[in-house]
Amino acid sequence: MEFFWAFVVGGGICVIGQLLFDVAKLTPAHVMSSFVVAGAVLDAFDLYDNLIRFAGAGATIPITSFGHSLLHGAMDQADDHGFIGVAIGIFELTSTGIATAILFGFLVALIFKPKG
Amino acid sequence: MQSFDAKNYKQQSKDYQPKPPYFMNCLKAFIVGGLICTFGQLLSEMYISWFGFSEKDASNPTVATMILLASLATGFGVYDRLGQFAGAGSAVPITGFANSITSAALEHKSEGIVLGIATNLFKLAGSVIVFGVVAAYVLGIIRYFWHLLF
Repeated sequence: MEFFWAFVVGGGICVIGQLLFDVAKLTPAHVMSSFVVAGAVLDAFDLYDNLIRFAGAGATIPITSFGHSLLHGAMDQADDHGFIGVAIGIFELTSTGIATAILFGFLVALIFKPKG
Repeated sequence: MQSFDAKNYKQQSKDYQPKPPYFMNCLKAFIVGGLICTFGQLLSEMYISWFGFSEKDASNPTVATMILLASLATGFGVYDRLGQFAGAGSAVPITGFANSITSAALEHKSEGIVLGIATNLFKLAGSVIVFGVVAAYVLGIIRYFWHLLF
């Protein structure tokens, strides 16, 4: 059942993105930026956690979860360190994604030849 | 015959452009995006039951694995072909983030390691990080003071 909801919710978020491409004629960069901001806004109202509890990877794999993780780490540290904690914690949960993407992006670009 | 001018060119040329197949595009995006997320769910259950990660921590190795696979697929040229088929279905998941980093770096490889690869790594993904951090910073401070006051 978890797999079913991961499929439906994850696919649904992608359909919203596709509609923004086709109907609103936005570029991928605009769509991604809007999705990240949307994820942060949803987390500010504590809504995104419910979606994760419901859909699992269907909510953590789309890029919206990046905005959610940024704000989540920031708020966790803000509880302990006051408002400077926002800056301390902002990359706390997303560092895996960013560090891995930089490392493998760099290595793959070194090793492979550009196609096409 | 209507006259074309620069002002309403966009409006007038609209009638002559082919309409994108909205439904098929959405269906492709739904299936591919859904499958990528289902694969993520499979990975995270694997990390939970085989490697003893908690449900919350399991998203870290899951995301790392998917980024590794997406970077490799970009290197082999597979991911970009998937992107042409699936549109947002392959762009919206975190694998699309890895793809945008790797493909930007690959594209500028000929300019050298420092000025080509390293400088252009965040050419496309940079906007995601900038808007994410700005939004999270502002919202985080608002939330902090909101909790102080109420």
